[in-house]
Amino acid sequence: MGILPILIVWPMILAIILPFLKARRARGILAYIGAGSLMVLAVVFLLGWLFNGGQTQALYVETEAIDHLMTVGELFLMVLIVVLSIRHRKYPVILLSVGQTLLLLWTEFTMPVEGGAHMLVDGLSMLMCAIVAIIGGFICIYAVGYMKTYHEHHKEYKDRSGFFFSMLFLFLGAMMGLVFSQNLVWLYFFWEITSVVSFLLIGYTRTEEAVHNSFRALWMNLLGGFGFAIAIPLVSSTLHSLQLADVVASGSVLPIALLAFAGLTKSAQLPFSSWLLGAMVAPTPSSALLHSATMVKAGVYLLIRLSPGMHDTMAGILVSLIGGFTFIAASMMAIAQTDAKKVLAFSTVSNLGLIVACAGIGVEETIWAAVLLMIFHAISKSMLFQAVGAVENSIGSRNIERMHGLILRLPKLTYIMGIGIAGMYLAPFGMLISKWVALRSFVDADNVLLVLFLAFGSATTMLYWTKWLTKIISQHKPKEIEKDVTLRDQYLSMGVHAVLMLLLCFLFPIVARYAVDPIINEIFGNVEEVLSMNELTTMAIMLVSVLLIPAIMFLVTRSAKRSYVPIYMSGANMGDNTYFVNSYGEPEHLYLTNWYLRFQFGMRKLMRPCEMIAMAAIVIFICVIIGGAVA
Amino acid sequence: MIQVISVIAYLVGAPLLGGFLDGCDRTVSARMQGRQGPPLLQPFYDLSKLFHKQILAVNSLQLLLNLCYLVLLAIAGAMLFAGADILMCLFILSTADMFLIVAAASDSSPYSSIGANREMIQVMACEPLTLLMAVGFYLTTGSFQVKDIIAQPVSAVVMMPGLLFGFFVIMAVKLRKSPFDCATSHHAHQEIVKGLTTEMSGPTFAIMNIAEYYEIILMLGIVAIFFINATWWSWIVALVLCAVAFFLETLWDNISARLKWMTLFKGCWIVTLLAGGINILVLMLIR
Repeated sequence: MGILPILIVWPMILAIILPFLKARRARGILAYIGAGSLMVLAVVFLLGWLFNGGQTQALYVETEAIDHLMTVGELFLMVLIVVLSIRHRKYPVILLSVGQTLLLLWTEFTMPVEGGAHMLVDGLSMLMCAIVAIIGGFICIYAVGYMKTYHEHHKEYKDRSGFFFSMLFLFLGAMMGLVFSQNLVWLYFFWEITSVVSFLLIGYTRTEEAVHNSFRALWMNLLGGFGFAIAIPLVSSTLHSLQLADVVASGSVLPIALLAFAGLTKSAQLPFSSWLLGAMVAPTPSSALLHSATMVKAGVYLLIRLSPGMHDTMAGILVSLIGGFTFIAASMMAIAQTDAKKVLAFSTVSNLGLIVACAGIGVEETIWAAVLLMIFHAISKSMLFQAVGAVENSIGSRNIERMHGLILRLPKLTYIMGIGIAGMYLAPFGMLISKWVALRSFVDADNVLLVLFLAFGSATTMLYWTKWLTKIISQHKPKEIEKDVTLRDQYLSMGVHAVLMLLLCFLFPIVARYAVDPIINEIFGNVEEVLSMNELTTMAIMLVSVLLIPAIMFLVTRSAKRSYVPIYMSGANMGDNTYFVNSYGEPEHLYLTNWYLRFQFGMRKLMRPCEMIAMAAIVIFICVIIGGAVA
Repeated sequence: MIQVISVIAYLVGAPLLGGFLDGCDRTVSARMQGRQGPPLLQPFYDLSKLFHKQILAVNSLQLLLNLCYLVLLAIAGAMLFAGADILMCLFILSTADMFLIVAAASDSSPYSSIGANREMIQVMACEPLTLLMAVGFYLTTGSFQVKDIIAQPVSAVVMMPGLLFGFFVIMAVKLRKSPFDCATSHHAHQEIVKGLTTEMSGPTFAIMNIAEYYEIILMLGIVAIFFINATWWSWIVALVLCAVAFFLETLWDNISARLKWMTLFKGCWIVTLLAGGINILVLMLIR
C-alpha cells in the first residue's frame, strides 16, 4: 500500500512546481507527465489491490505528525479565506470559515477519542480513485490545449494558466485524499481544500461576475462545511470515535443528518444549486473536472457512504426528497436555457439529485443504481463539457442556437457531443438502465412522491436533450467555413472518453457484475444480485441492437438512389434553403430556433419558489431531527 | 415457442392489421361525416403507390433515420408481444420517437421543425403516464414482465382504472388523433402543412406510415394487457375492448377540434397527475 500516499502527495508537489514554470510549453509537458503518471499510479494501485484479493484495508492508525500538519493546513486555508474576504469585502464568509476552524481545533484539543484507522481502501473508494485519476487526468491533458486557445481568444483576461494547472493538480490530490479518508477530521480537511480550490478556480478570470459567483460558491460550501464541523464534536463526544464507519453503524440521526447536509451543499442540491450554475463562468476544464465529473461527486460519495445509516430515518427521507425534488426542478429549468454550459450545469444538478435520492433511500438496489449513475454520469458529462469547450473555442459561442447544423461545420466534435448526449438519456445506455432500477426501488420503498418526481423528471430530461440533439444534427449548409481549432491533446482526451463510454455500454453486464456488485456487497454485507444475469444479457442485446440498427440502416440506405430537392418554405425557396420570396416579392431570411418555453420553465420563474420549498423542507426536517435527538 | 410465434405474428401481422385498422378508421370517419370514404384497403394502395415513387430527398439522413424509427418501433412491439419487460419496451418506444423527431428536424425546414418541436412536447406530455402505467402493473402484479402480468387470476384493470383512463388519453396523442394532433395530422388541413412529415415523400413517407401501423398495434397491445388474465375468455374480452377503444379514438378524432400544444401538454400532465398519480398512491397504500 505504498502507492496510496504518493497518489495524494504527487499531484500536490506538481501543484507547487507548476506556477513557477513560466514557459507554456514546459508547463504543458509537466502537466502531461503529471496526468499520465497519476493515471499509471492509480491503475497500478488498483491492479495491486485486486491482485491481493480486493479486501477492505484499514490503514494509518498512528498519524500524529500528519495530524499536526493538517491543523497547520486548516489554519492556512482559514487565513487565506479571511484575507480574500476582507479584500473583496465579503465579511460574513469570515464568520463561517473562522467559526468552523475554531470548532474543529477545540474538538481536536479537548476531546480525546479512541484511535483507529485514518484511511480505508475498499471497492467504493477504489472506484472513485479510478474515476478521479482517469477522467481527471484526461481533463488535465485536455486543459493544456484548451487554455492555450482560450487565452488566444480572450485577450482581456490575464493569463494565469500556471495557477490554473496548479489548482487542478491540487484538487486531484485533495480528491484522492478525500475518497480514501475514514477519519472525519481528515475527510473534513480534504473537503475544505476542494471547496477552496473550487472557489479560486471560479474566480479565475477576476471579472466582477466571476468574483461574485466564486464567493457564492464559497459561502454555500462553507455552510455545508459548518454542518460537517458541528458533526465532528457531536460524534466525538457521544461515540468517542471519529470513524465514518462508526457513525454510520451507530445510526445516530443528528450527526448523519449534519454530514448529509454537507453532502447536499457539495453536490449542489436545492436550495444550494445556484453556486454550481454560477461556477460556469470558470474555464471549461475546471467545469468539467470540479463541477460535474468529480468534486460534486464528493457530495454524493459521502451520501452513499452514509446511506446504510440513512435507511428509514428522518435524515434519509429528507435527503431522498430533496434529491428527487432537485431532479425534477433542475431538469425543468434546463429546458429554458440556451447556454450549453448552463444546460450541462442544470443537467448535472438534476442527475446528482437522482443519485442523492437513491442514496437517501439507502437499500441495496438504490445504491446499485446510484453507483452506476455516478460512473456513467462522470464520463459522459466530462465528455460533453470538453466538447462544448472545444466548440466554443472554434465558433466563439456556446449558445445552442449557434450550433445549428454543427454536424456539417465541425463533424468530429459533433459526433463526440452526440455520443455524450445519447449516453445521458437514450434507451439502452447506462443512465437509463440505472433509472430503471431506481424507479423499481422507489416503488419498492413505497415512496409515491419519488416515483412521480422520476416519471415527470425523465420526461423533462428527454425534452432538453432532444432539443439539443436536433439542433446539432440539422443538415444546414454553413455560410462560412469555420476552422476547427481543437488541438490534438483535446481530441485525445475526448476520444478516450468516447471510447470508454461505448465500452462501458457494451460491457455493461460485466461492469455491473464485477465492479458494482462487490461494492454493494461491502456496504450491505452479502446481498443477492440486483439484476439477474438474464436481465443484464437482455439489456446488452438490446443495446447492441440499438447501436447496430443505425449502422446497418446506414449501409442499407447508402446505395439508395436519391434526387435532392430544396425544402418547402411556403414562399418560393430561393434555392439555398435559407431565403424565400415573401408576399412583397422580396427575399426573406429564414431563421429557425428551438423552443425554450421561458415563460413556463424559466429560471427566473422557477428558481426562487423551488429554493423556498427545499429550504423549508430542510429547516423543518432538521428541527424535527434536533427535537428527536434532544427529547 | 409461443413467444417466437407471437413475435413473428406481430412483426408480420402488425403492418397488415394496422393498415386495415387505418382503413376502417378512414371509412368510419367518412361515414360519421356523411361521406362515402375510400375503400377499406386504401392504405395499402397508398403504400404501394408511395413505394413506386422516385426518392426525392432533402438530405441524405432522413431515410436512414426513418428506417431506424421503423425498426425500433418493431423491436419495442416485439418485446411486448414476447412477454418481456414492459418498462424496457416503453423506453425503446421513446427512443424510436427520438429518431422520428431527429429525422424531422434534420432538414432545417420551417414546417417540419415546428412539427418536430411539437412532437417533443407530445413525448414530454406522454412520458410520465407511460412510466406510471408500468409502475401500476408492477404494483398490481408484482412484475414488470408482460408474461407475468397477463398470467394473473384477475385482470389488472380492476386495480388500475385511473391508469387505463390516462392511457386512453395518451393513446390519442400517440396515434395523432384530434384534439391531440398538433405535430402532424392524418388529414391535410393543418396550419403547419403536414408538420413533422412535410419533407418526407415517397418511400421515406411510406416507411413512416408502416412504423405508425406498428405503433397502433403496440398501443392496442398495451390496452389488451390491462384486460388479459389467466382465463381464456379474457383474451376475447380484451380483443373486443381493443376494438371498442380504437372506435372511441376515431369518434373522439371526429368530434373535437385541435388543441394548442400548451393545452395538450398541461392537459396530459394534469390527467397523469390526477388519474395516474392517485391510482398509484392508492395501489401503494393498499399493498
